Amino acid sequence: MSTPFYVSPQQAMADRAEYARKGIARGRSVVVLTYADGIVFVAENTSRALHKVSEIYDRIAFAAVGRYNEFENLRIGGVRYADLRGYSYDRADVNARGLANVYAQTLGTIFSSTGEKPYEVELIVAEVGKNPGDDQIYRLTPDGSVVDEHGSVAVGGNAESIANYLDQRHEEGLTLPEALKLAVDSLARDPNGGTARTMTPDQLEVAVLDRGRWQQRKFKRLLGTQLARLLEGDASAATDDDATPPAADGAPEGE
Amino acid sequence: MEASFSGTGRLPAAFLTPGSSSFLDFLAAHQPELLPGRRNLPAGVQPLEAPHGTTIVAATFDGGVLLAGDRRATMGNIIAQRDIEKVFPADEYSAVGIAGTAGLAVEMVRLFQLELEHYEKIEGTSLSLEGKANRLTTMIRGNLGMAMQGLAVVPMFAGYDLELGRGRIFTYDVTGGRSEETGFAATGSGSLFAKGSLKKLYRSDLTAESAATVVIQALYDAADDDSATGGPDLTRRIFPIVSVITEEGFRRLGDAEVGELAEAVLGHRLEQPDGPQAPML
Repeated sequence: MSTPFYVSPQQAMADRAEYARKGIARGRSVVVLTYADGIVFVAENTSRALHKVSEIYDRIAFAAVGRYNEFENLRIGGVRYADLRGYSYDRADVNARGLANVYAQTLGTIFSSTGEKPYEVELIVAEVGKNPGDDQIYRLTPDGSVVDEHGSVAVGGNAESIANYLDQRHEEGLTLPEALKLAVDSLARDPNGGTARTMTPDQLEVAVLDRGRWQQRKFKRLLGTQLARLLEGDASAATDDDATPPAADGAPEGE
Repeated sequence: MEASFSGTGRLPAAFLTPGSSSFLDFLAAHQPELLPGRRNLPAGVQPLEAPHGTTIVAATFDGGVLLAGDRRATMGNIIAQRDIEKVFPADEYSAVGIAGTAGLAVEMVRLFQLELEHYEKIEGTSLSLEGKANRLTTMIRGNLGMAMQGLAVVPMFAGYDLELGRGRIFTYDVTGGRSEETGFAATGSGSLFAKGSLKKLYRSDLTAESAATVVIQALYDAADDDSATGGPDLTRRIFPIVSVITEEGFRRLGDAEVGELAEAVLGHRLEQPDGPQAPML
């Protein structure tokens, strides 16, 4: 009878963490930053069909890097969790903290269960508040840790160097074009100090949680010409016809 | 809901199972007791006395469709509520109006709104108008057991079809049978009178505003002859709910706007109590 090799728990966990980290580091990055009117999500993503940034609920959005099928599963799980909670209680009772907690438990259980391979994903769950001070951003790592982030956060390939760059430059009360420019600059930068790449709107997936929207659902993708204008610094492109409801008291009711 | 989570607090397997984009299917698999139609009722009991919503009317016009409802809910001979809302946005380009058992109907609308939103979030695109109408069929069919015990829900669905570029109206029966109506439609207890009125007033060249007057006339005629339908209430300023769906999306007319139209209708009715007269030939 052969004796199984002894692997210390520390070593086993370190191996799993290393495995997950490598998977995440292969992918391109996503950055999330707060600006005066909300939270902006910028991902380097050439695909129009496979999203890295998505809506979860009225004020909550999700961004992820890593293995697509794994984070897509978590995204769908999150939408189901939020919709079920909102249906059982009320729409106001769905919050990012609860969702981050459920994700943390899910990722953590999978990470430490020997029967399952750890998920190679890193997630961001963000909720836009009524005021800039109420904005919440949580970062979740594959081992189930939750990090409460303030102002800006980056996940994926060069997350560390991007996060440093953002930390030094991000400040409260940026306008949307300013925040967008900062985000794109941080993604385009060469971590080894070479010349920065140029990024076109086609290479970017951009979405906002805009607290100024009159609709109940604050999530909005920025696409095509609107995105191009914003990237050129045209602040007027930030406000479109969504800013005001179609009639004085025509806001949808009954939900 | 919390009770259904496993001891570790992680998302149960049903949440992470890929495949379905339908919130209804998810509920049916995970927590079927939350579905309105799945509750077991004791057999052979007399129908319950519960508030009933009454008349809903719809009319298409050039560039959109209009869905309107009166504000009364009745329970037998009693007016249960005089300012109930029976017309709701289903999503950005459609609306649903409800007649029948008010409590169940409002819950069905909540679930229907969520079903459309859920699909949109999971798939990243919205359902076609036909697809939405079919989802509603499924929900009504799920309620058949309740309907047979007297708790029927009969909705009307109207929306702007972005593919075809026009407004469309769908009506249903208690079994979920769906039919598309051309021009105008009415459902609920006062529907016979409302439909008669619409038939005489409806023209295919209506504008959004004239169509609003037409549906208010129809609701007035329904209230005139059906005790369960409420007319415009000038003393309390309670007016029918009128919603307009066009290429620009769903919009509910403000109370002031509807009040003005309703007052104009009432003004004419002071001279001609039976309303406008159609030519004989």
